[in-house]
Amino acid sequence: MHFESWSAFWAMGGYAFYVWLAFGVSGLALLLLIVQSVKARRSLQTTWQAEQARQQRIAASRARQQQNSKLAEEVD
Amino acid sequence: MWKWLHPYAKTERAFALCSKLLPWCWGGAALGLAIGLVWGLAFAPADYQQGDSFRIIYLHVPSAILSMGAYSGMAIAAFIGLVWQIRSADMAVAAIAPVGAVVTFVALFTGAAWGKPMWGTWWVWDARLTSELILLFLYLGVMALYQSFEDKQQGAKAAGILALVGVVNLPIIHYSVEWWNTLHQGATITKFGKPSIAPEMLWPLLISIVGLGLLVAALSLYRLQSEMIRREMHRPWVQAMYRQQEGQ
Repeated sequence: MHFESWSAFWAMGGYAFYVWLAFGVSGLALLLLIVQSVKARRSLQTTWQAEQARQQRIAASRARQQQNSKLAEEVD
Repeated sequence: MWKWLHPYAKTERAFALCSKLLPWCWGGAALGLAIGLVWGLAFAPADYQQGDSFRIIYLHVPSAILSMGAYSGMAIAAFIGLVWQIRSADMAVAAIAPVGAVVTFVALFTGAAWGKPMWGTWWVWDARLTSELILLFLYLGVMALYQSFEDKQQGAKAAGILALVGVVNLPIIHYSVEWWNTLHQGATITKFGKPSIAPEMLWPLLISIVGLGLLVAALSLYRLQSEMIRREMHRPWVQAMYRQQEGQ
């Protein structure tokens, strides 16, 4: 290791503020991009599930309607 | 000779290829960045002029190189999309743009944090810095154009043309330190000729470049997959994939 102690490492030869600012903000920016990408992917699946559920509701209500009209015909 | 590429024009096949490449990209990125940055921050010797502030180079140079590399990739995809009308290429443009924008931001920010202690200022309007800032605006413009059309095919066309026109900025960024007087130092590593940096400083830099490159690749591929799902949500292959995931 180039530095003699951990405190020397964190001090970065007097440039601690600039070095850790650069690494901190860059790391945060890249991390946010990763988190956003994963969240966007998950929300796609949620959209798909909602669409799937909607299709099922439509199919169910259509089946009910057909049954109702059949019953109505029988009564007539 | 290039016929084997044809099946990948099909989104489904391209998606499968991304899935195969992704674990290697994520793994390589984590490994490369961990080794390169720890080596650069803790083990490389200090610069004889700049002291320990030079360690910002281990983020600054990789992000600067990749901001231009990602742009080249995006422009090639835009060209393929415009000329051969391949949809996955259009989607690649949309996938790379946000990744490139963040990497460009990192290059600009680390540059500012390095410039303050070395030059005494966060920012100067000189050629290198200004042209890199324009690169960020080009990325943002491509993203905005892609999203501002209801018809995604139209959006991809508009974004693709901007991406291609913006290519003119790449040589300007690269040669700005030679063409104009600037505060910015010259190239540290060039493809040809000896690098102007000691080997024990160079190795961690090269490893960081590879690591960040793989991270950019991983994020681009991952977002490309998302874009494929978004635009082909109703196609059978997406339905089949999601059904299988939910164990139906």
